[in-house]
Amino acid sequence: MSFSMSPESEQKVNELKAKYPQPESAVMPILYLVQEEHGHISDAAVDWISEQVGISPAHVMELVTFYTMYRKEPLGKYHIQVCRTLSCGLCGAKKLMEYLHERLGVEPKQVTEDGMFSYEHVECLGSCGTAPMCEINDTYFENLTPEKLKTVLDSIEKSRPDLTYSQKRDELGSGLDGYSKSEVI
Amino acid sequence: MAEHKQILLKNVREKDQHKIDTAIQRGAYAILKKTLEMDPLKIIEEVKTSKLRGRGGAGFPTGMKWGFVPRDSGKPVYLINNADESEPGTFKDRVLLERDPHLVIEGMLCSAWALQSEWSCIYIRGEYAYPYVQIQRAIDEAYERGFLGDNVCGSGWKHHMVVHRGAGAYICGEETALLESLEGKKGQPRLKPPFPAVSGLYGCPTVINNVETLANIPWIIENGGEAFAAIGVENSTGTKLVSASGHLNQPGVYEVEMGYSLLQFIEEECGGVRDGNALMGVIPGGSSVNVLTAEECAGVNLDYDSLANAGSSLGCAGFMVMDETTDPIEAVLSLSRFYAHESCGQCTPCREGAHWIEKIFARIAKGHGQPGDIELVESLCDQIGGHTICAFGDTMVLPYRSFLKKFRNQFRTRIAEVMKGVEPRRESIDFEAGMH
Repeated sequence: MSFSMSPESEQKVNELKAKYPQPESAVMPILYLVQEEHGHISDAAVDWISEQVGISPAHVMELVTFYTMYRKEPLGKYHIQVCRTLSCGLCGAKKLMEYLHERLGVEPKQVTEDGMFSYEHVECLGSCGTAPMCEINDTYFENLTPEKLKTVLDSIEKSRPDLTYSQKRDELGSGLDGYSKSEVI
Repeated sequence: MAEHKQILLKNVREKDQHKIDTAIQRGAYAILKKTLEMDPLKIIEEVKTSKLRGRGGAGFPTGMKWGFVPRDSGKPVYLINNADESEPGTFKDRVLLERDPHLVIEGMLCSAWALQSEWSCIYIRGEYAYPYVQIQRAIDEAYERGFLGDNVCGSGWKHHMVVHRGAGAYICGEETALLESLEGKKGQPRLKPPFPAVSGLYGCPTVINNVETLANIPWIIENGGEAFAAIGVENSTGTKLVSASGHLNQPGVYEVEMGYSLLQFIEEECGGVRDGNALMGVIPGGSSVNVLTAEECAGVNLDYDSLANAGSSLGCAGFMVMDETTDPIEAVLSLSRFYAHESCGQCTPCREGAHWIEKIFARIAKGHGQPGDIELVESLCDQIGGHTICAFGDTMVLPYRSFLKKFRNQFRTRIAEVMKGVEPRRESIDFEAGMH
């Protein structure tokens, strides 16, 4: 299995290792970098990271399976994470979940046939005052109703916005037109 | 409406406060310049005089924590800003990071000078991508202007600051789990002692403080510890950012002076309970505290002592309000799903017990509760609390025990209804335990 990263990413790995007093600390941002480039973290990626950082593949796999934001399998181009914890539950998160289940026709963590969407129920996203809400890739969508979520997903299908944080460019995608990146204040 | 001193939120509604030019115009980094001329030990004394307590949930006196750092270890001292904000009901640190990042940076720099630290790190939860870009950009700007780097403000002192993104683990908000994570490992807490101030990141003296705690430091340095201690009440000085959510007309983040009336906070700042409904209960401190019934809220104030006397805790002030339409069984089920998911797995009682408790609450909610279930959960709580490496187990059982105690009749009735085959009447909030 040949696994490789772009030369630009290899350079970034060196920068990350120099950023911390000890280079092993860089393994978490390196995992993100691999996930950004390949969409997920494969077994071959684990081996590559292990060599880059100087820790065992088993150690790297521990991290991939411990931290929920790293994924071993690719998900939809747009991955919708609906908060399910108390305040969002009290304010109607269930209706968002039911809407997603119905619209997308898949179970949590399964990808729609066209590869566009997947969703999952996640724990508190720190947006309780603007509940219910979800995060799509790396962008928050707050104060939702099923109708508003429908509009968001329709717009995403049409305009294919960039909702992802890119470590390579060090920027968060421009987001969905007409939607603020944060409604907390 | 009561007027509260705004130490932390005074800039967040102004336009462009995240940009360094705007921030400097309103005074950002002026206090830092003064600080660099002060004796570091004197600053620590000032913070002790202020009686500032950690704002992340534990409320440990900040000056005392700083005082534990040995000045002669020969090892570098590290400062970590704990921005892993993941306690259910809490979203206050996010506001500071997004809307006033230069206050956060200045707070860290002043603190780092006091601690004589040359390297600091903001550990920010992975899901906070927008706050992350805001604070990272602010740090880049601070470097450009010489507020960070090898010669801070031309003083000869060097300080470097990085941001490290977490990847979705609540437990990494626990100090020693954060250290493990920052060292490149799973976020599984360490036994304490040793405490991080003595042996922390890479075994070096490390101070970990919450975002809100550090954001108070510039004001304390400028106005003095006594002035800070004059705000609030005896053992709870200064102000508190309260993250208000749930069944409120105006949820949001509010800065109130410590000691403010809980019920007045609901009525005035939060606009009252939605739809004119009656209050059922409040979880005042983030979910890892005892729930208070509406009756228990009478006469209670938002400060450490008043809430402790009422049988709960101020915690991080993740203030969740439940009205009369709430099913307390589903409410505690929602929390039990959270804790079961977030248990790091290191200690058997928590790793196993959290899932068992979730299953029992789910079957009660779903209509399959059995006689003895309440007592079974209580017995599991007894086996978890006090028997784990970190406080996660101890605090997880607080909502479980308090919901069972204070809403016991609803649990009993639900189990009895099941036995009689009564159809459930309420609409479930829980997608997975749905009664239909």
